[in-house]
Amino acid sequence: MSAGTVAVERRGGSRGGLRLFVHQLRGEQLVFWRSREAAFFIFMFPLLLFVLLGSVYSGKIYGVPASRALLAGLIGYGCANTAFAGLAIQLVIRRENAILKRLRATPLPASTYVAALLVSTLIVFVLQTIALFLIGRAFYGTPFPGDPGSLIGAIVVGTAMFAALGVATASVIRSAEGSSAIVNFILLPMAFLSGAFGPTLHYPAFLRAIGDVLPLKYFINLVNAVYLHGETIWSKPEDLIVIVLWGVAGLLVAVFRFRWEPREG
Amino acid sequence: MPAISVTGLRKAYGHLEAVRGVDFEIGEGEVFGLLGPNGAGKTTTVEILEGYRDRDDGEVSVLGHDPQKPGPDFRQRIGVVLQQSQLWPNLTVRETHAMFAGYYERPRSVDEVIDLVGLAEKRDARVKTLSGGQKRRLDLGIALVGDPDLVFLDEPTTGFDPAARRAAWEMIRSLRSLGKTVLLTTHYLDEAEQLADRVAVLREGRIVRVGTPRELTSSELEVEIRYRRDGEDVLVKTSEPTRVLHELTADAVARGRELERLEVRRPTLEDVYLSLTEEEAE
Repeated sequence: MSAGTVAVERRGGSRGGLRLFVHQLRGEQLVFWRSREAAFFIFMFPLLLFVLLGSVYSGKIYGVPASRALLAGLIGYGCANTAFAGLAIQLVIRRENAILKRLRATPLPASTYVAALLVSTLIVFVLQTIALFLIGRAFYGTPFPGDPGSLIGAIVVGTAMFAALGVATASVIRSAEGSSAIVNFILLPMAFLSGAFGPTLHYPAFLRAIGDVLPLKYFINLVNAVYLHGETIWSKPEDLIVIVLWGVAGLLVAVFRFRWEPREG
Repeated sequence: MPAISVTGLRKAYGHLEAVRGVDFEIGEGEVFGLLGPNGAGKTTTVEILEGYRDRDDGEVSVLGHDPQKPGPDFRQRIGVVLQQSQLWPNLTVRETHAMFAGYYERPRSVDEVIDLVGLAEKRDARVKTLSGGQKRRLDLGIALVGDPDLVFLDEPTTGFDPAARRAAWEMIRSLRSLGKTVLLTTHYLDEAEQLADRVAVLREGRIVRVGTPRELTSSELEVEIRYRRDGEDVLVKTSEPTRVLHELTADAVARGRELERLEVRRPTLEDVYLSLTEEEAE
């Protein structure tokens, strides 16, 4: 008995863990790209916005060509859309459909599941960012990032923060029907107030004050610094701190409120 | 060693005592039915055994594990069909099976399992296009794909049409021939009677009777004898059917009369069940 248990533990060790992670990551990618709604609203929508708004905006914003500033803002919007809104909606649906409950009865560890889901989300967003740069280059002559390392760092930090907020939001939403409406009710105003679609300088002061506490604003600040002004990710420690604080807040809510089982019953 | 043993199991949700001291044992390879009306504590009991809920009191052993702190191979060895779950709508039947197969160390062949649950023709169909009965077969397929020793089936045929139920019964019988231990909950009596080696009847969180379907139906209730006399229906309930029948027929023969529409009926499991679950109503 004990010998058998040890053997199973060995096999389920780090190599087995890595195999499970890769298996689940491939599964998550398959589930994501198979869903036309997810592929459109999460992946395609920011790209379409870029094509549309890019042809409307002209002149300079923040002292750089408008299309460059718009690209930076849409990286911010895309990150919140993918990691916050997309993840929250998917998680609520999976919880209410008892997929999460069903998975709990399998040998797949919860940590492996969560890790695969987060990395899968990051992959989607990284692909989206690459697509934004390719579209910008092709249509509006925007340059590729001068400091890709800092941009990748910003994207990883931002995705982690929005994913924590997405899981937290999923854990307080009660039903699958309402999830999309609630999440978009948060996302779209946040995107406008944070300057994802253009500068907020001419907004009324109270709207700007609201924007000043939202996490997306600080993520866009960071992307602006790195992409528009050629600074490193460490040049804006105050933005990084706010992003980390929002992430920790989301994580705390997620840890204490997250449920694997449907709310009803 | 029994596959499952439960002693003095208790579980309350706030003031509601869902399970109030339940004991039973299930042998290896046995198909065991947990029968009772809604709210009797069936699902709570099963979810404790599956490891979803912590118990308040009592001893539980499932395949030698305490499901509350299971060892690493516990989930390798169980298969679960939940009362309701929906899978990823845009994956195919085959992809869904392969996804679950990947969670286990020694899975069965995906195509074999798909054949076993009768979804061969739907192998490449997306899950969202399946009928209700086909979705339940998919649930069963992914519960079997890890080649478990023990399968939990929580109301596996609720909402099926009669043909789909027959097909599901055939599949559950095939689990027995594979040597699986099966714990089945149901509120359909004919289902328990058809499938289970032994049945426990649960009422208000307690087991009121355990036995084979035959034991339950032969020991519990009086036999009913019906016939017609002078245009009137007569019903005799007796625990000594042989003696009563002999008297009746001897009398009729002596008087040269026929006992019209003579019928002797043993109680069905349904009668037993109703009498057991309705006792407290008086």
